[in-house]
Amino acid sequence: MAFTTLGDAGGVETEVRRRLAAGGIDVRGTVFRALLLLGLLLTLLIIVVLLLDVITDGSTVLTERLGDFLSGTLRSRSSDAKLGVHQGLRGSIWIGIFVTFLAFPIGIAAAIYLEEYATDTRLTRFIQLNIRNLAGVPSVVYGLLGLAIFVKLLGGTSSTGGLTGGRSLVSAGITLAVLVLPVVIITSAEAIRAVPDSLREGGYGVGATKWEVIRSHVLPYAAPGILTGTLLSLSRAIGEAAPLILVGAVTGRLGGDPGILDLGGLRDRFTAMPIVITDWVKKANGGSDDGGAGLDFASHAAAAIVVLMVLVLVLNSAAIVMRNRFEKKRG
Amino acid sequence: MSDAVSPPPLDLSDLQATPKRARRERTVRVVLLAAAMISVVVSGAIVVSLLFEAWEFMVNVDWSAVWSTGWFPRNGIYDIKTLVVASLIVTGIAMLVATPLGLGAAIFLSEYANPRVRRVLKPMLEVLAGIPSVVLGFFALLWISPNLVQNAFQSANRGNLMAAGIGVGILTIPLVASISEDAMQAVPHALREASAGLGARKVTTSIQVVLPAAVSGLAAALIVAVSRALGETMVVFIAGGAGDTALYTDNPIDGGLTMTAAMASLASGTDAVVGEGLTFPSLYFVGLVLFVITFGLNIIADRFVRRVREVY
Repeated sequence: MAFTTLGDAGGVETEVRRRLAAGGIDVRGTVFRALLLLGLLLTLLIIVVLLLDVITDGSTVLTERLGDFLSGTLRSRSSDAKLGVHQGLRGSIWIGIFVTFLAFPIGIAAAIYLEEYATDTRLTRFIQLNIRNLAGVPSVVYGLLGLAIFVKLLGGTSSTGGLTGGRSLVSAGITLAVLVLPVVIITSAEAIRAVPDSLREGGYGVGATKWEVIRSHVLPYAAPGILTGTLLSLSRAIGEAAPLILVGAVTGRLGGDPGILDLGGLRDRFTAMPIVITDWVKKANGGSDDGGAGLDFASHAAAAIVVLMVLVLVLNSAAIVMRNRFEKKRG
Repeated sequence: MSDAVSPPPLDLSDLQATPKRARRERTVRVVLLAAAMISVVVSGAIVVSLLFEAWEFMVNVDWSAVWSTGWFPRNGIYDIKTLVVASLIVTGIAMLVATPLGLGAAIFLSEYANPRVRRVLKPMLEVLAGIPSVVLGFFALLWISPNLVQNAFQSANRGNLMAAGIGVGILTIPLVASISEDAMQAVPHALREASAGLGARKVTTSIQVVLPAAVSGLAAALIVAVSRALGETMVVFIAGGAGDTALYTDNPIDGGLTMTAAMASLASGTDAVVGEGLTFPSLYFVGLVLFVITFGLNIIADRFVRRVREVY
């Protein structure tokens, strides 16, 4: 042993041996680890408390009048037997449809261009910087855009209704499609970038053109990743409220309640689930108005949240499951 | 047995695509480019619509009304300072919540968690990221405010900036966590091994090696979170405790209006934005201020993220 040459002057050897063996407990390490775990548990606790709070608040409404709640409309009193979320559901579903048919094709096409066609030119870099910046613009600013362009500019006068009908479902749908467009482009571009070049080369080797290679090789391989990103942005669009307020979603009371997939009324005034929730929470702040029967606006808001969250969670978990399967396939 | 007839030699036209295929290639390219250009059009439209109305406000407004005592847009009093200070209070509180929890989660996930724990914890953070902001607004007003804020401060309003800030903070935790974790994962493993080889403990490696190496990514995470918190609307609109007007306050337990909440409340309720002539353009003025601030923050964050990429 090298230590023997030191002799055991002043117990140096035992001291060094003790330190090398790292005897005792690593206090700093344990405390740090415990703090990290504590923080994480706190975050999880917040999620649990939030979900429990919403579910307990909403349970009375959901168990006692689920049918009426889903088919009812906006009312000014929480004791109204016809109070419900049907108009909100209709609005949210149509917004989802607009996002699916506008933002997805445009976003995926833009991603294909940026990943497969674009060379590293000034224009390309400008487009990319531009998309990254758009993704960081606050959603309420998109609401201002929607208000200026789709409501005012393309909405015409109140008598003609213009292209979009002003403060309508069409305006709201286009606004939210524009809002999620950068996210769709970024996530789709990532999925396309992950496609190995050997696949493309195989396609070119048998004489396919660029577009044929993209259509038959690149897109099918990137499809799960693209789907994940698009589904996540769809759930974001459905949960978004701020732009809808600016575009003029109705709170309080809304006349007319066409069927959920009814094409008529797309150019009429509208509301959506997040708006209904906002309206009811704000009304609930005034205090209980049902004599404590658990059917006040707060519990209706909670029930509406449960409905909205079920919608969003289904979309999100579908996205997560798909991504996991996708990653497993890659190995 | 037949004589093998040698095929005629290929010339250039055999190797070229048929005119129809070539034409289709060109069309596809143009269509895809057009789709990519739409994002540029959107940016242009945002800037033009903001500037157009905001300009109307800026040339016509009496500037003493923009630096006064409160936000009463329907009465011609547009104190932007009231809104900016409220936004800063909410953002500050949000960062106090999101920074330790988000960074802690990121360090744990990146440095400590084994793959099995990771597989459970990451989706949970993603669930939090997927919760719509109106839900956090509900939670902030009807749970955080009575149970936390009003418990601690008897004089607090039901709706107050602190409850809203905590709600916004919860909303930004997953954002901070995911960007910082990416930054820490990008730190080469050799650095950790070298540190361990020198005899450093895990905690020392994490704090003195990994965190400094990932610092620009962490900075980017916090800047993006600030930008996001400034732009968050619904939580503050629901739980901020002000109607569509507010007096200047710098007290977090008072109700207040942030820039975003002011825009939302100005636009909601009534059939159109009515009131004094400049009420509608004032919406765009506030929007422009918010846009400029968040745009600047995003550009800075983008720089930081690029620096990470360049080093590794």
